[in-house]
Amino acid sequence: MTVRSFSCRFARKRRVHGMLKLYYGLNEEGKTVDQAESMDPCDINGPHFDPEVYLNKLRRECSLGELMDQETCMVKQIRSLDSDMQTLVYENYNKFISATDTIRKMKNDFKKMEDEMDCLSTNMASITDFSARISGTLQDQHAQITKLSGVHTLLRKLQFLFELPARLNKCLELQAYAQAVSSHRRARCVLQQYSHMPSFRGIQDDCHAIMDKLAQELRQKFRDGGSSAKDLSECVELLLQLDEPAEELCDKFLSHAQSRLEADLLGLEAETDILEFIDRGCNEFVSSLCLVIASYQELFVNRPQEGELASKNIPQMAIGKLHAFVDALATRYFSLVERRIQEEKSVGDNSLLVRALDRFHRRLQAVAKLLPGSAVPSQGTEIVVRAARERIKQYLAALQSFYLNSLTDVRQALAAPRLATGKDAPASLPELLSTLSASILNQIKSVLASVHLFTAKDITFSNKPYFKGEFCSHGVRESLVVNFIKFVCQSSRQFCESAGDRGGSTPPALLLLLSRLCLDYETSTITYILTLTDEQFLVQHHSPVTAVTALCGEAREAAQKLLNHYVKVQGLIISQMLRKSVETRDWVNTIEPRNVRAVMKRVVEDTTSIDVQVGLLYEEGVRKAHSSDSSKRTFSVYSSSRQQTRYAPSYTPSAPMDTNLLSNIHKLFSERVEIFSPVEFNKVSVLTGIIKISLKTFLECVRLRTFGRYGLQQIQVDCHYLQMYLWRFVSDENLVHFLLDEIVGSTAHRCLDPAPMEQSVIEVICERG
Amino acid sequence: MTEEELIPTSSSLLSFSLFPCCRPLSVSLSRSPSLSPPLFLSPPLSFPQIHIIDFDDENNIISKSVLLHQAGEIWHISASPADKAVLSTCYNKTSESRVVTCGAVWRMPPEWESGSHESPDDPHNSHNPQNLELLCHLDNSAHGNASSVLWEPMGDGTRVISLADNHALLWDLTESSTQATISSSATLEGKGQLKFTSGKWGPHHNCTQLATANDTAIRGWDLRTMSQIYCIENAHGQLVRDLDFNPNKQYYLASCGDDCKVKFWDVRNINEPVKSLEEHSHWVWSVRYNHSHDQLVLTGSSDSRVILSNMVSISSEPFGHLVDDDDLSDGEDNHQYDKSKEPLQDSIISTYEEHEDSVYAVEWSSADPWLFASLSYDGRLVINRVPRALKYHILL
Repeated sequence: MTVRSFSCRFARKRRVHGMLKLYYGLNEEGKTVDQAESMDPCDINGPHFDPEVYLNKLRRECSLGELMDQETCMVKQIRSLDSDMQTLVYENYNKFISATDTIRKMKNDFKKMEDEMDCLSTNMASITDFSARISGTLQDQHAQITKLSGVHTLLRKLQFLFELPARLNKCLELQAYAQAVSSHRRARCVLQQYSHMPSFRGIQDDCHAIMDKLAQELRQKFRDGGSSAKDLSECVELLLQLDEPAEELCDKFLSHAQSRLEADLLGLEAETDILEFIDRGCNEFVSSLCLVIASYQELFVNRPQEGELASKNIPQMAIGKLHAFVDALATRYFSLVERRIQEEKSVGDNSLLVRALDRFHRRLQAVAKLLPGSAVPSQGTEIVVRAARERIKQYLAALQSFYLNSLTDVRQALAAPRLATGKDAPASLPELLSTLSASILNQIKSVLASVHLFTAKDITFSNKPYFKGEFCSHGVRESLVVNFIKFVCQSSRQFCESAGDRGGSTPPALLLLLSRLCLDYETSTITYILTLTDEQFLVQHHSPVTAVTALCGEAREAAQKLLNHYVKVQGLIISQMLRKSVETRDWVNTIEPRNVRAVMKRVVEDTTSIDVQVGLLYEEGVRKAHSSDSSKRTFSVYSSSRQQTRYAPSYTPSAPMDTNLLSNIHKLFSERVEIFSPVEFNKVSVLTGIIKISLKTFLECVRLRTFGRYGLQQIQVDCHYLQMYLWRFVSDENLVHFLLDEIVGSTAHRCLDPAPMEQSVIEVICERG
Repeated sequence: MTEEELIPTSSSLLSFSLFPCCRPLSVSLSRSPSLSPPLFLSPPLSFPQIHIIDFDDENNIISKSVLLHQAGEIWHISASPADKAVLSTCYNKTSESRVVTCGAVWRMPPEWESGSHESPDDPHNSHNPQNLELLCHLDNSAHGNASSVLWEPMGDGTRVISLADNHALLWDLTESSTQATISSSATLEGKGQLKFTSGKWGPHHNCTQLATANDTAIRGWDLRTMSQIYCIENAHGQLVRDLDFNPNKQYYLASCGDDCKVKFWDVRNINEPVKSLEEHSHWVWSVRYNHSHDQLVLTGSSDSRVILSNMVSISSEPFGHLVDDDDLSDGEDNHQYDKSKEPLQDSIISTYEEHEDSVYAVEWSSADPWLFASLSYDGRLVINRVPRALKYHILL
């Protein structure tokens, strides 16, 4: 093959290719990338292949061997291409032949069909012809039949009309009011339309009369009220259909319901038990109320509006009436409930009340569902809230009275055994304290548990905001717990104040006990109670609440005041003894002392018993280290007083300078003695306070008297005796020394004939006593 | 020989020591305003004397004269309102080992009046103390021990009441005070041994009222009928020690007692005190209203303290003063001024702790309303002045 022929063939082939491409919508654009490469004329597969250029290029570039190889390769390719083309042609040829066959066959078939179609069209034409003929013959008869059937219907209607009064009467007799009304309704329009014709008019009048009677009867039934709610609603429905005015019906319906509900309310008033009361209220009143609301709404509010009824806007009017009605009745019911709840004063079992309130609240939710806009449920919640508040107040009062009662018990316990056995009384002080505080704590706990019922999960109102927040923090914590603790402190303090005027109407032991109680409160109990409350009620403090520290401070203050008062009262009792003993005696004409006066022994005894009493409740406390031999100390004390008394005989106007100087120097080195000073919470401090008060009284009383020689000596003996026994009770024995020293010194000043007794004699007398 | 030591201490104006065991203290009227009044003091048991102390305010000089009271130990002194040379005492008389308390009216020797300005160093005065001249005895053996003798306030010195055990005796003195006759008497009756502990002749209502204290009760008497008008039972928890009438408010009365309290009463409503103070830590022995500014109340107690209180809320003087707005042009000044003029609260002005022993008597000066004296058992007499700041606050 020559190159030219090859290229010619190739060009043709390419043209065919292009046409095919065109046919299949493949344009050159899809190959833009290739195009740049295939612009090369040497690319044998490219569209711009130039055999000349290619040949030249090969001839120029390749060796002979290569050319040979190239040629072989090319020939091989051409051959394969030729064979491919041949197979393709054969395959397509077969298909073409079969297609030609098919087309020929179709041509034959269509010809046959055409014939059949012609035949069909002629048949159809004949059918049409026939049909036209038949209908033409039947036309008259058809018209007649139509007319006849029309007449028949009319006649039946007329018959219905003529029979209507009778039928209505029968319905009336059978009390099938619904049927009567529906029958009448069907006839009503027709009768209205043809009322100008006398016969129809007669029927209409009859019907009217009957229907009036029926309406009368319905109304009667409606009014009687003996029928059930369902009957009643049926009645109303019928009446509405009979064009009764809706407003009047509403009123009637409601007044009817009212009378029944009021009967329920009246029945309620007789109920005594709170749970039964609420139960009955719920079951009778609230459920009938719900029923009334439901049926009323069905009758007047939710009924589909039709015809002229729609224009009257019944639902709005009806809803308004319903609200007024429900509100009025609910107010009465609530006032009843509230009165009943207020009567519930016994604080024994709170669960009944809570359950009752829960039921009450729960049932009102039904009303809320039925009547969405109503204020009734919120009012109900308010009642529950008020009841809860009231309850807290009652519990506080109960706690307070419990506390006072237990105090009275303690008082009696303190008074009684002392009369009976005498010995048991002091021993039982700590027991009394522990029982008192334990019973108070138990009471608080039980009250908290009772109050906790209000916030239980299964109670419907417990998730109201009041019960979640204010009730816990303000109600329970502040009003109940904090107020009670405050009350305890306050009532304790009152013991101090009232007793001050009447001079110890409160037994001192009670003061001591209360003081210890308050101190215990300060150290642990208050924190415990408040933590308990906070935990139980999960109090979230929205508003500021009383801090634990403030309460503790108050308790401590009360404890301090009580203890101070205890010291005062006990001090006063001993002071009174000492004062009487000094005031009633004639000190000028007394005999030479042979004994310690009984009063002093009594003072020591009382001090010892006080020491025991205080020791039961308070710790020992610290005292200043005292010398190992305290009784020896007396020598030095009395030596100074003796010195003073030695000066006394030479009492000239110039002498006082010396004694004065002496006592002043003495005082310079001793601390000022605070007589009624606050005491610390320990035994030693309490006893020190009492002894200070007593001795100071002794001193002041001595200064108001005049003594003879033996008077002075008696005082010396007494003071020595006190000295021997009192030092062990006080924190600083120097205090006792100082005061006793003052007493003897003052006595010497007030003595007409100051001749002191020998120390040894004094000791002998005291040891003998 | 000097008997008084002038020991000026930091806060007190003057304090000096006399005899130990001093109890009565009384202030008589002085005619010369520049001089503070003479003070009467009573020293001890064995050698009873009356010390008349003259305090020259301007020169800060104290002069003292001593008079002997031979009759016995003095428990109560009061000076006649009319004649400054006349005074009455209650004293213990010891006879045959029996102690009886008597009342008597005395005249001071004439030398004292003329020679009262001797210097304290003058030895003559101390060495030769003069005797009091007895005018008359207020004695009636049927009526027991006299606890106090009261002169009619602002009277002409002819009427005296003596309280003896459970009797109140009204005496009429002759003009020269040499004779006393009982004009009327009242007797306190009841269970037990009742005894008047102290009393006060009210300056109001034409001096027809007497207030007495016995045990815990305070009683009021009408002197015209000598009958009881009112009785405050349990006025104090314990013994009532002293009484004083508010000089400017006729129904107001102050009392103090062993319950450490000072109470103020409106005798028209005796159920409750108007006010109650509890500042002392031991028995309160003496309470005195200032003679002209009755909000100033002085109390002395056996806790060795003297307390000066400012009882504004129950005084006769109104709170602060009405401020004349025209005087105040500047707003800022106005504000400050208002602030300083806020009503004072009832408060303790100061506590005087110069005494080392129980204070048994406190007394305001009758000449200078800002001066007062207190006397303690150890014989120390302290003269103090009301703090200057308070003085100006009251005056301005």
